[in-house]
Amino acid sequence: MSILVYADHDNASLNAATLSTVAAAKEIGGDVDLLVAGSGCAAVAEAAAKVEGVAKVILADNAAYANQLAENVAALVTELGKGYTHILASNTVVAKNFLPRVAALLDVAQISDIIAVESADTFKRPIYAGNAIATVQSADAIKVISVRGTGFDGVAAEGGSASVEAVDAAHDTGVSAFVSEEIVKSERPELTAASVIISGGRGMQNGENFGLLEKVADKLGAAVGASRAAVDAGYVPNDMQVGQTGKIVAPDLYIAVGISGAIQHLAGMKDSKVIVAINKDAEAPIFQVADYGLVADLFEAVPELEAKL
Amino acid sequence: MKVLVAVKRVVDANVKVNVLADNSGVDLNNVKMAINPFCEIAVEEAIRLKEKGVATEIVAVCIGPKAAQEQLRTALALGADRGILVETDADVESLAVAKLLKAVCDKEEPGLIIVGKQAIDGDNNQTGQMLAALSGYAQGTFASEVTVDGDKLQVIREIDGGLQTVSLNLPAVVTTDLRLNEPRYASLPNIMKAKKKPLDTTTAEELGVDIAPRTTVLKVEAPAQRSAGVIVESVEELVEKLKNEAKVL
Repeated sequence: MSILVYADHDNASLNAATLSTVAAAKEIGGDVDLLVAGSGCAAVAEAAAKVEGVAKVILADNAAYANQLAENVAALVTELGKGYTHILASNTVVAKNFLPRVAALLDVAQISDIIAVESADTFKRPIYAGNAIATVQSADAIKVISVRGTGFDGVAAEGGSASVEAVDAAHDTGVSAFVSEEIVKSERPELTAASVIISGGRGMQNGENFGLLEKVADKLGAAVGASRAAVDAGYVPNDMQVGQTGKIVAPDLYIAVGISGAIQHLAGMKDSKVIVAINKDAEAPIFQVADYGLVADLFEAVPELEAKL
Repeated sequence: MKVLVAVKRVVDANVKVNVLADNSGVDLNNVKMAINPFCEIAVEEAIRLKEKGVATEIVAVCIGPKAAQEQLRTALALGADRGILVETDADVESLAVAKLLKAVCDKEEPGLIIVGKQAIDGDNNQTGQMLAALSGYAQGTFASEVTVDGDKLQVIREIDGGLQTVSLNLPAVVTTDLRLNEPRYASLPNIMKAKKKPLDTTTAEELGVDIAPRTTVLKVEAPAQRSAGVIVESVEELVEKLKNEAKVL
């Protein structure tokens, strides 16, 4: 068996989610090669070569991959992937975008968002917002798989000594072009990488009140998240959404504030180690999954919490 | 420009599904079914494009059992002009859905295809991208804003940490994210009118598409349950427990 893992990065550094995907690849078994596709991304390839358990790093450094356009990246991965039994990628927005194209171009099924490896062709994945776990067996010659980062403990970022092989493969399909990007700069950790998360729901009442959560987050070094209800109501941007249709997180501590606990939200955070719920409605379903529940008005409890930390 | 939208019949978002005792799947008996929420956003976006004079006709396509006519009628009541049901009782995988949609697109030749980013039953997030790849089209996934500009489509996409804008050649495939729009409700007169709108039925055989599954679901289990913890009386007690009992502070 031979496995091609797609490295998630921003042309400067390797996303830690890739370490979890390499861990999943090692459970499948066989040689693991890491593909770094981007532009001016030699530093990423260097970091990738140090990742534990990687046999070879393939570097595709070309302007066509600068912004991870799905059309171009999929063409590259499809070409390189033909020599492998498995193609794996982390289920970040980048891979969610391009990986199904690879599967279609190879005429194979994609198995999305796996949380466990049963054997080289059998995997577990959540369906129905995590209300059921399906064990799925693939009959395809090449298995195209996206990996849920919280399902696997990442391999070490250091210790490996893989060779780096540059490939001269420019796939510019010409059907799409990057125009611009607006990335919100934040001092706080990324939601999927944070060890503490404080999230707000519809109970926050408006976007400004998320400032209360930010103050607590600053004290704890936490990321700030939101429920779909809060995003739907326009309080905060969608990239803060934790849930079935947003980010899947599993921090050491998850504090849910003014969140009722809809199925779709629980799907994104119920694997957290410790869950705290603050809600004035004692009947809210969030209390059924919380390790510690506090029935209180969040506008009193949150500032008090901040003061006591 | 003709716009094609796909709608999927799924278990209503408010229903909590239960796993069958024999682990063969989830219990779908007497469960309320509805249009997948992201497909509803796709229909709404097509209607808005028509209201702006950009779209001339909206064709809604559904792949599913006979009963999925209900979801197509809902799309027609919302404002789609015609419906096409690719009737099958099989559990069709994303790749086969993409192939079926491509076969319909080859006949209909839409200028734009809008689909939901994922269905809330399988949670796969694949069909739109697969359809785009099979057609050789560009894709604008997780769209929060769509603008037709001549023969190009500008799409603002929801990405990790912010927004990305891409410019796509048309025809293209768009997959919808939450903030693209807020779907309207169908009015009673429109629900009545929808009953008279054309709804054609076809099959995978007629479209010449092999929908044989590539994967086998060996079993479906309930996830590990989390048990409820304790209710604390004060913020002080909460902080004390997080420090000394859970040791996470």
